[in-house]
Amino acid sequence: MKLYEYMGFELINKIKDRDIEIQDILTSCYKRVDELESQLHSFVNLNEEKSMKKAKKYDENLKGAKKIGNLYGLPLANKDLICIKDYPTTCCSHILQNFRPPYNASVIERLIETENAIHIGNTNMDEFAMGGSTENSCYGPTYNPWDLKRVPGGSSGGSAAAVASGQAIFALGSDTGGSIRCPAAFCGVVGLKPTYGRVSRYGLIAFANSLDQIGPITKCVYDSALLLEIISGKDPLDSTSVDIKVDTYTEEIKKPLEKRVLGVPKEFFGEGINIEVKNAINKSLEKLESLGATTIEVSIPHLEYTIATYYLLCMCEASSNLARYDGLRYGKVSDDLSSDVYSVFSRTRGFNFGPEVRRRIFLGTYALSAGYYDMYYMKALKVRSLIRNDFIEAFKKCDSLVCPTMPSTAFKVGSLIEDPLEMYTQDILTCSVNLAGIPALSIPCGFDSNNLPIGFQIIGDYFDEKGILNVGYQLEQELGIYRKAPPLKAGGK
Amino acid sequence: MIIGLEVHIQLTNLKTKLFCSCSNEYRNIEPNTCVCPICLGLPGSLPVVNKNTINFATRLALALECDINHQFWFFRKNYHYPDLPKGYQISQYNKAGGKAFADGGKITIRLNNHKKDIILNRIHLEEDPARLVHKGSIASSPFTLVDYNRSGVCLIEIVTEPVISSPEEAREFLKQLKSIVQYTGISNLELEGSVRVDANISIKGHERSEVKNINSFREVERALRHEIIRQKNVLKRGKDLSQETRHWDDKRKITLSLRSKEFEEDYRYFPEQDLVPIEIDDNFIQIVEEDLPEMPNERAQRLRREYMLSEFDSENLVLDKRIADFYEEGANADPSFGSKEYKQYCNWLMNNIYGWLNEHNITIDKTKLTPKHIEDIIKYIREGKITSKIAKSFVDDIMKGTSVSQIIKLRGKTRLSDKKLIEKYCKDVISENPQIVEDYFKNPKALEALIGRVMAKTKGQADPAISRELMMRLLKK
Repeated sequence: MKLYEYMGFELINKIKDRDIEIQDILTSCYKRVDELESQLHSFVNLNEEKSMKKAKKYDENLKGAKKIGNLYGLPLANKDLICIKDYPTTCCSHILQNFRPPYNASVIERLIETENAIHIGNTNMDEFAMGGSTENSCYGPTYNPWDLKRVPGGSSGGSAAAVASGQAIFALGSDTGGSIRCPAAFCGVVGLKPTYGRVSRYGLIAFANSLDQIGPITKCVYDSALLLEIISGKDPLDSTSVDIKVDTYTEEIKKPLEKRVLGVPKEFFGEGINIEVKNAINKSLEKLESLGATTIEVSIPHLEYTIATYYLLCMCEASSNLARYDGLRYGKVSDDLSSDVYSVFSRTRGFNFGPEVRRRIFLGTYALSAGYYDMYYMKALKVRSLIRNDFIEAFKKCDSLVCPTMPSTAFKVGSLIEDPLEMYTQDILTCSVNLAGIPALSIPCGFDSNNLPIGFQIIGDYFDEKGILNVGYQLEQELGIYRKAPPLKAGGK
Repeated sequence: MIIGLEVHIQLTNLKTKLFCSCSNEYRNIEPNTCVCPICLGLPGSLPVVNKNTINFATRLALALECDINHQFWFFRKNYHYPDLPKGYQISQYNKAGGKAFADGGKITIRLNNHKKDIILNRIHLEEDPARLVHKGSIASSPFTLVDYNRSGVCLIEIVTEPVISSPEEAREFLKQLKSIVQYTGISNLELEGSVRVDANISIKGHERSEVKNINSFREVERALRHEIIRQKNVLKRGKDLSQETRHWDDKRKITLSLRSKEFEEDYRYFPEQDLVPIEIDDNFIQIVEEDLPEMPNERAQRLRREYMLSEFDSENLVLDKRIADFYEEGANADPSFGSKEYKQYCNWLMNNIYGWLNEHNITIDKTKLTPKHIEDIIKYIREGKITSKIAKSFVDDIMKGTSVSQIIKLRGKTRLSDKKLIEKYCKDVISENPQIVEDYFKNPKALEALIGRVMAKTKGQADPAISRELMMRLLKK
């Protein structure tokens, strides 16, 4: 077995036992990048020189009795919208070319500075996380490791593809309407979107700030639990982070599922859900019942309004969050500096944002304008609270909700990019979770007839990450497919 | 005239900015050195409310008798401008489900001995944009430089109802506001750039104009006067006024049209969800209230009670807290002082000292004057050692810190009360001015002219009462 094939926690044990050298892990992952990157395009930049130097130093430190972090020497891939000090962070947009943040995101402080993970590079994504296929990147698309003609999902597609293919042991993603869970489902890996406020957003470049959360993308549930333990908790730099006890998730996940009540929201199994996906989910439900859980039917009556509500709100917020990119202080500015400052702003923004980002800024600006505000934004806020109440009601009857992550398995590159509305409906099963602010986990639960992974989604009550990780872990162990790797061959495309 | 004001004041006495830990003191330092990812609005940075701003705003709200809202969100005000690093300003909004920091409130003004309450609409908190720097005037400058040191400094906006009916009322309102702000200790409005005023002005029955960019309290009255004349002139020529935004050009002292109604900005206010709602409970308000010093109005009442001052004197005395503090220290220092001395002390401060300070454009704390100086002067006058007239000539010296006794010693300017000496001067005057003496017998008022001659001879040192008595006695002979 190659080092890149191990789970994160297995490598941690090997390092603790001084069984392997950190440089060997890094080399193994970078070799995997060399072999596959021309096929996958998971990364937008690599931090190879610096991280190899760091690995060497970490190996030397291991010879002494120095205290080491919990992720000592583990290769971490970072989504290109989480700030790393002095490292290019571009949101896969032309407008942030050459932007190097002068500070670390709080999650980076914890994972890298405190727990000693090693940053190996930044991963590809939809520009400013706007998209569900990683096709909207200014660097070009990422391809699905299970079928190179297909998308890896998005927007954290690079992170999911890197973890699925062994280019990284684990990765960070961000989830605004499904951007962690969708690519996790499409690439056959584990993705967790925590409760809004569980993980600090300081240093996460905002797309829609009332919906965005950072979360882990890993090969197994245990690794996600491990990462979440580290990145969770109150951060004085993020007012919206919440001061609620962080559970020992790596212990909690091992509890039995006896007496656990799992709600099956009927609206999540409606029209438009692929039959192979439904079948795989149902098989997993049987497994969960065999583990002692009870399943009951519940309802999220306002689910049909989630796409409209979600897109209105995220576009409104995006139009404001992205207003700062005018080229004046950082990033790319128009070459043509003639005429007044507003013309330069317009040219800078017009030429350097991609079409999907421009579309969302236009629509969001429109919906917030005088005369439309009540009709769109205020109404969407009201529906948002209805959806939130639906979930609160459902959790009075059950502990967690279980359903598919995506309506289908990965679609072909280019098949939906010309049809934004069809693309948006792909988020139907994920984005209500963001509107409610609750946590959700996606784990692989099987494969369709094209050997494409199917994602099983577990949705939890506020701050009940331990509950969904517990269900996810037990199902994962029962299914026993988490070590299955995509059929990739080294070489050019 | 219908006038409403929007007054923005910086909370200059805060240590840090509104949403980050950068120093609030951005003046007189290298441009763009007092900045961080938050006040530069760098991608990924998030604001965190400086808790002291809530305390300061509560102080002002209590002093202005506003109703403080117990919970509010901040809102984003969206617009593009080079001084706005995030493309929106974090502010507050009292529509679309938003609330101001506090609603209502009032300031009482006195004009021509008539009292009037200027009712406030609301006060709210917001962040200051960066500072734009030009070479010479905006129009002729070859460039615009941006200094982000000011970006994120806490502003408080005070919005009046449209109830001000003249530029003079506006001036009195601002005078009282400045005084109240000084007493609350939240800001030093003498610092350059600490105040900005927008004014809405209309003639009854016509469209209003909003005059922006009035950068000092002193300019407000002037800008209002100009704008009123401009509006009247437009109507005189038979034209209509249209709703527009105008800009006060403080070099040319005129208002210039910036944009008409159809080009008004749509700020697309919506909640700032990077911040959680701010909660203010009664307990907190009570703690702040207990800590609040006496406000100018209460102080004026107390001064009338304790020092038997008139309404006019007490109200003027309390306007500048430093002057009022000075007064109380000096008036209290001497237990022998009574209502006569209290009044005298007040007159001295408000006439001789205040005049000097205005003339030299300096505040009392920047001089070496101590309450003892005036206390001494009053005592020396009472003891007959100097005359009021002589004392007035001491002002320049006491401002430099020289003690009254030393001035007297140096200048030899004690009061001349030696009767024999004064009698000699009187006799000289009588013999030198036979014509005035002749006049005196026809019209007793000519006595003053003779006394004046005595004063001139003694350089003002002769005791006027003794001089008068002796002169009359000599003339009877």
